[in-house]
Amino acid sequence: MSAPLFNALLELADDHLILGHRVSEWCGHAPLLEEDLAMPNMALDMIGAARSLYTYAGEIEGEGRDEDQLAYLRYDREYKNCLLVERPNEDFAHTMLKQLYFAAFMHPYWEAALQSNDETVRGIAGKSVKEVAYHIRHAGEWVVRLGDGTEESAKRMQDAVTELHPYVEELFHMSADAQAAADKGALPDREAMRTQWTNSISNVFDQAKLTMPEVEYPQLGGRTGHHGEEMGHLLSELQYMQRAYPNMSW
Amino acid sequence: MYSQGLIGADGATEETEEFLAKFQARIDREEKIEPNDAMPNGYRKTLVRQIGQHAHSEIVGMLPEGNWITRAPSLRRKAALLAKVQDEGGHGLYLYSAAETLGVTREQMTEELLSGKAKYSSIFNYPTPTWADIGTIGWLVDGAAIMNQIPLCRCSYGPYARAMIRVCKEESFHQRQGYEILISLCNGTEEQKQMAQDSINRWWWPALMMFGPHDAESSHSEQSMKWKIKRFSNDELRQKFIDATVPQAEYLGLTVPDPDLKWNPDKNDGKGGYDHGEIDWDEFWRVVKGHGKMNRDRIKDRKKAWDDGAWVREAALAHAEKRAARQTQHAAE
Ligand SMILES: [Fe+2]
Ligand SMILES: [Fe+2]
Repeated sequence: MSAPLFNALLELADDHLILGHRVSEWCGHAPLLEEDLAMPNMALDMIGAARSLYTYAGEIEGEGRDEDQLAYLRYDREYKNCLLVERPNEDFAHTMLKQLYFAAFMHPYWEAALQSNDETVRGIAGKSVKEVAYHIRHAGEWVVRLGDGTEESAKRMQDAVTELHPYVEELFHMSADAQAAADKGALPDREAMRTQWTNSISNVFDQAKLTMPEVEYPQLGGRTGHHGEEMGHLLSELQYMQRAYPNMSW
Repeated sequence: MYSQGLIGADGATEETEEFLAKFQARIDREEKIEPNDAMPNGYRKTLVRQIGQHAHSEIVGMLPEGNWITRAPSLRRKAALLAKVQDEGGHGLYLYSAAETLGVTREQMTEELLSGKAKYSSIFNYPTPTWADIGTIGWLVDGAAIMNQIPLCRCSYGPYARAMIRVCKEESFHQRQGYEILISLCNGTEEQKQMAQDSINRWWWPALMMFGPHDAESSHSEQSMKWKIKRFSNDELRQKFIDATVPQAEYLGLTVPDPDLKWNPDKNDGKGGYDHGEIDWDEFWRVVKGHGKMNRDRIKDRKKAWDDGAWVREAALAHAEKRAARQTQHAAE
């Protein structure tokens, strides 16, 4: 059991770290000061969840790797995050939509994880479920404002939908490790979140006057370490200090 | 932070002697002046400028530290830095609100910052090339900010004083956090110690400049002291900062880059204090006037964020108007 759960926890942890990293790129450059305060909040929640998940994964693995070793000292093919979270920020419309897509998945996921037979997972879920509810609200409100704002904002929002929608399917995909962890009752089944995800996104899209596109060819591969080109650049920033100054504590 | 000894304030007033005397008497009784109270024009203008400069400094100050968020060396440091930079944004927000009580808008102040008309603390025109700079900024820059701001908690203008009380609590947390980063470096490897020493070498003098010009050259200080906007002179605060900070550098095992720094037992009325070397005021004025390494980049960054965000702000406004219109229509039906 321990290897599949370790890997499944890494999938979750990497999703949170990488999306948190992306959101944190905005800090000090937001379109309005209130967002310079709100975006770091979301980034802090994501990084906080990643820390708990890495720490627990390290304990399960039992080889003495701590949160930083797992977060910073793997090669790019070893990161298991879904492709959605590594997508570049582009503009504020993309950023908020990406956050909404992810949060709308994580909310029912963490709710289901409250029933996990693993106490640590339940603990992480209990904290995260509240945070993610706020992300849905905050990002969802922006998607509505931008979708039903000006002509320009509506176009940018619809462009973001077109561009990010192919990455949604991967949220529901079960790797063999995720499946094994679900079979043991430690983590929820990702596939089971589909209806709730679709309901919450449809609800936002109705208000935002956005249309949900059909995706013929979903983009997959993150869970097996097949990332896009942008991921390498993200990692070279993320890992810079740990790689340039190995074995030091900061 | 970060109110530098006010740059170019003009406290000129035209009110009658009687009005001014009555106002001064309120100040002398330590009464707080509130937004709707009568106040000399010069008092209002001085405060608008000072609070505006202070707010802009918080906002521009997010950039040099924000430079390291994506490269922080551990998840714990990354989270702490994110939270710190977010706090600085929060300080900017309270301060803009305090300035707005005096009849200026945040938009006006932002435009003045972006056009280069309004100043911000010159310290943020220095770059942060290494991780150690994140420690040094917390320790020295937030440390100097605290020295400047603690007396501002008793400023005669109520909204500013109250904003400062909140801000000071967070600044002292930032200062300790910065110092703790440097402790880790100084307990670490030779490279880490060198990184820390190089950082204090670059930041020490600019931190001393944060207190503003010598009292003799600080043209409008006297009026600000009389109005109790300011409680201590630039040189007094600078001396307090040096006396508090040198022992902290010694504890870290770092050398303060001032060959003339010397303990003088007779200083501070016999309590002792440090004599220090002369500050390079040419550098100070050069940076204040826009010729520091990062002046152009800082404004360019702020301008880019503002311009790139214009469509978002417009959309938010348009959406709010649509909503309001729909509600009125709904109510009418
Ligand atoms: Fe601050
Ligand atoms: Fe601070």
